[in-house]
Amino acid sequence: MTTTISLTDGSTEDAPVPAEKREDGSPLLEIRDLQISFTTATGTVDAVRGVDLSVYPGQSVAIVGESGSGKSTTAHAIIDLLPGTGKVTGGSITFGGRELVGLNRKETEDLRGSEIGLVPQDPMSNLNPVWRIGTQIDEALVANGFQGSKAERTARVAELLGEAGLPDATRRARQYPHEFSGGIRQRALIAIGLASRPKLLIADEPTSALDVTVQKKILDHLEVLTAELGTAVLFITHDLGLAAERAEHLIVMYKGKIVESGPAAQILQDPQHEYTKRLVASAPSLASRRIQSAHERGTEAADLLAGHADEVEATVSDVVVAKDLTKVFHIRGSRPGAHSDFTAVDGIDFALPKGHTLALVGESGSGKSTAANMVLGLLEPTSGTVLFDGKDVAKMSRKEQFALRRRVQPVFQNPYGSLDPTYSVFRSIEEPLALHRVGDRKSREARVRDLLDMVSLPQATMRRFPNELSGGQRQRIAIARALALEPEVLVLDEAVSALDVLVQAQILTLLNDLQAELGLSYLFITHDLAVVRQIADLVAVMKDGSIVEHATTDEVFDNPQQQYTQDLLAAIPGASLEIGG
Amino acid sequence: MLWYLGRRLLQVIPVFLGATLLLYALVFLRPGDPVAGLGGERGLPEAVQQQIRAQFHLDQPFFVQYLYYLKGIFTFDLGDTFTGRPVAEVVVEALPITFQLALMALAIETIFGIGFGLFAGMRKGKFFDSSVLVLSLLLIALPTFVTGLVLQIVVGVRLDWLPVTAGRDPDFISLLMPAVVLATTSFAQILRLTRTSVIENVTADFVRTARAKGLSRDKVTSRHVLRNSLIPVVTFIGVDLGNLMTGSIVVEGIFNIRGVGGTLFEAIQRGESVTIVTMSTVIVLVYIVANLLVDLLYAVLDPRIRYA
Amino acid sequence: MPENRYDKAPRPGQGHFVAAPEDVTVGVVDAVSVDEAPTSMWREAWRDMSHRPLFWISAFMILVVVVISIVPGAFTSLLPRSGCELGSSLLPPSSEHIFGTDRNGCDIYARTLFGARASVLVGVLTTSFVVVLGTTIGAIAGYYGGWTDTILSRITDVFFAVPFVLAAIVILSIVPTRTSLAVALVLASFGWTTIARITRGAVLSVKNNEFVTASKALGMSRAAILWRHVLPNSAAPIIVYSTVALGTFIVAEATLTFLGIGLDPSTVSWGGDLSTGRSSIRTNPDIMFYPAAALAFTVLGFIMMGDVVRDALDPKARKR
Repeated sequence: MTTTISLTDGSTEDAPVPAEKREDGSPLLEIRDLQISFTTATGTVDAVRGVDLSVYPGQSVAIVGESGSGKSTTAHAIIDLLPGTGKVTGGSITFGGRELVGLNRKETEDLRGSEIGLVPQDPMSNLNPVWRIGTQIDEALVANGFQGSKAERTARVAELLGEAGLPDATRRARQYPHEFSGGIRQRALIAIGLASRPKLLIADEPTSALDVTVQKKILDHLEVLTAELGTAVLFITHDLGLAAERAEHLIVMYKGKIVESGPAAQILQDPQHEYTKRLVASAPSLASRRIQSAHERGTEAADLLAGHADEVEATVSDVVVAKDLTKVFHIRGSRPGAHSDFTAVDGIDFALPKGHTLALVGESGSGKSTAANMVLGLLEPTSGTVLFDGKDVAKMSRKEQFALRRRVQPVFQNPYGSLDPTYSVFRSIEEPLALHRVGDRKSREARVRDLLDMVSLPQATMRRFPNELSGGQRQRIAIARALALEPEVLVLDEAVSALDVLVQAQILTLLNDLQAELGLSYLFITHDLAVVRQIADLVAVMKDGSIVEHATTDEVFDNPQQQYTQDLLAAIPGASLEIGG
Repeated sequence: MLWYLGRRLLQVIPVFLGATLLLYALVFLRPGDPVAGLGGERGLPEAVQQQIRAQFHLDQPFFVQYLYYLKGIFTFDLGDTFTGRPVAEVVVEALPITFQLALMALAIETIFGIGFGLFAGMRKGKFFDSSVLVLSLLLIALPTFVTGLVLQIVVGVRLDWLPVTAGRDPDFISLLMPAVVLATTSFAQILRLTRTSVIENVTADFVRTARAKGLSRDKVTSRHVLRNSLIPVVTFIGVDLGNLMTGSIVVEGIFNIRGVGGTLFEAIQRGESVTIVTMSTVIVLVYIVANLLVDLLYAVLDPRIRYA
Repeated sequence: MPENRYDKAPRPGQGHFVAAPEDVTVGVVDAVSVDEAPTSMWREAWRDMSHRPLFWISAFMILVVVVISIVPGAFTSLLPRSGCELGSSLLPPSSEHIFGTDRNGCDIYARTLFGARASVLVGVLTTSFVVVLGTTIGAIAGYYGGWTDTILSRITDVFFAVPFVLAAIVILSIVPTRTSLAVALVLASFGWTTIARITRGAVLSVKNNEFVTASKALGMSRAAILWRHVLPNSAAPIIVYSTVALGTFIVAEATLTFLGIGLDPSTVSWGGDLSTGRSSIRTNPDIMFYPAAALAFTVLGFIMMGDVVRDALDPKARKR
């Protein structure tokens, strides 16, 4: 990393002490036996049960865990920002030798911002939409005792934004949050978090809502910035690869407890606890890294890959072929006559061989989902053709098109939106059968039971409703429904992206098993190259509506031809880690 | 911002034309001959009736009449009532009174509604919050005329604190009770709306970020919670202006105020089509213009709207 | 610096710690609970409501009013009209007339009971009309979008620009016989706009859900998707609004009748009784208490119910 950022501090008397010169003896933050519970209608829930951790000045520490592990709760307790009924019920939090539990409101307010900063998770919801970016940074300066005239503050705000990596900061400071992309908003949030030069920065999943390449840039920048300021960083993340890459000390949490903690390298290479072992084995970023290193060592990594073929035999015919597929959206501007054409998909070609998996990879706005919707027949291509078994879908009769629906089925990303909440699981899975008049009621029920078996859910699940199921279970139901009509092709549109790591791994295994068993072909749409390694045979990398690289998975990972693909690969968290096979 | 304003103005035109056409059609379809009923028992001579019909264009087809009526609105030549007074004069006399009443009611309901709503929302589930909630339901359930009658009896007759009716030239004091009555239902609704959106915003991510910045509680409340909670309240006030205008019909009736509502009510009972249509149009017009203003206020409060 | 970070020896308190396996047990990831009874969204809402005292209070209030409106004769032997004697005008409460009598010598208790029917009837009829008309227009506008939406939304705007009580006053002044049905129709003719807007908004947010797209991918027709998936999922805000609207329509009817342009004087109604009672406001204000209280009681019942239903059906409230 060669980036250097010139830093100026707002106040002269409080110049940052470089990390090396700090007194290294005692921890900056020390948490001992922390207990946090929430009161609900049905009783108290212990969200955090006896957490110990310490952060030294200038050090970066990461808490890793899946949703509900208590990682964010622990972090928020430090600056007394527990949501709702959350309360610290035991233990102590000391910061610079001072006890934080039980501080009064004024003392906590003095601490926030100036001593401990926060970079929150979702850049879309964490900036107030009604205030200018600059105003929101200015507030932080004023609240933490910045002495200076209005003009000095304005200058300081621009400085801070520039330091967070925003070009043209003076102009940007006068704009509103909705005028910016997520990446720029996140930079503004970093500027807010570091505005008053805190000694500790809590970074709560600071980049999980962003595209991988943007994520990498911002994390790199944050790393340089905090190192130069000597700020300690407490990362909260679900991504073990990211945590290991960015922090020297890792804390793995599960169900409110620490299951394992220690030096990052040690945890990664030699996980001891059952849960950590599973996590290390499942994390896509690490898995792909492991495959990579196995390759480099020349070992065949067959057992590491969940059963995908390395070579696609030439004899296999293509079930879906897209030829020069283009989709242009007509966008009506906010001003009269301000129409514009947006080419979402720009003349792409790809082929999905029978029984194999083709991954369409790209960041948001790359056109991958638009392409998927054209294959599903949900969108009419502006030009170009989709061939199914060699037949042009557009030239089929209505009846043939309806019959085709049975052969191509989708599974979507959002496990909360993909099932009708008013339908029982049985009705959801049975619906496609009833619509296509397959069998009678009795045989359909038997089929639903079979399908539930197939996705490894107990048959009793069919009386349940979606709101009673977890994200992973819903996704299994969505897969069962998609399989009901015995399709040949599944279009998996970010189908595992919203799931926790372990659940994600399970669903990927399930998909691999089903493919082997039923000879399915998958069109796998994802933004996550790491996952691609685990499931796909072929990869097509999309950028701005075009396919920039199309090859077998191994070729793409081992020998990427395009700069963009190389950037994507480099941006996978944990790409720089050394991991033992 | 200018584009937004222009677009909103363009949208208002069809709404205005549609609404006036609708109102005009309703009155036009009124059975019976309004002219024949004039002049008491004996009726007017046929020639005079003809003249009146021609004067009011009553002998023309419906659409022509409507266009004459539109022309009248834009030239402020609203014609005469059947008794010979220019309608424009009646409007000019009545409007200021109703405006004063409506503005007083608006001030009462927004100040108290937002104040109590903020206070209750910040203390969700506490005693103050629960009692205010129950009270607000009660106020919403009470029809305006019932509140009016109760206050007349208690404050006006029994306690004799405020005048029971307002009369011809009402001053601030005599309009106070009518304004409170007019404001009650909307006060309760604004209170509930403010409370709900305060509760929503208190847990919003950006409020947590503001607290994490080190802002004091009062700053967070005023600059982030309250400011953002006002956005839905402003939308409601736009809709509520319609309620205030129609509410004025009842309230002005009860308190005997000669404003737009009171005049309209009298005209209905006397069957004066021209006055009914004009007064209704005035109400609808005020409502549409007020909504336009509220939309602009909305755009000021919420920068996202300006670019939408 | 990231390169040499791992070479440092761990600092005090940061050595390798592993929880005892029995301390944190890692169970089967994602087990389905199969023992409890299945809960649909509606059943969950019901379970939530049945724990609230306000639900039972408002349900009781509504029940009382509805029963009285169906069989008012079961609670009094007196009749609201035929039992009136001008000689017994304005009697104070007694064992024979427990609320006393009004100006025309009618028993106020009986009139209050019999007045329930008109209010409930107008409220229920208006709400039914409004729900049918409003949801149809709103659902079509929201679901089909494009020009259909533009035209229907502009029509809704036009009707919305005329406050519905104002429109009702204008229309009712030309309706010769004003029965409950007539008043309900008039109120509904301009009262449907809010529900149309609510439905349109709900449909717009539901129709982009992935389960709708999944049904499209199955080849289901647009109309079938609207009917089977979109409408059932848009029902919650419509139900909430309708419950509250029923109360407001009762208020509107009473207001119009009070002003003398609502129900015909031949119909016994609370609005009408308040209108007659007003003439003796200075001398006998207490006779207005009973119809006013009955009216407020009824409206409060529906509005409270709407509030409880909102809390139970609001997905945001449910999550907590």
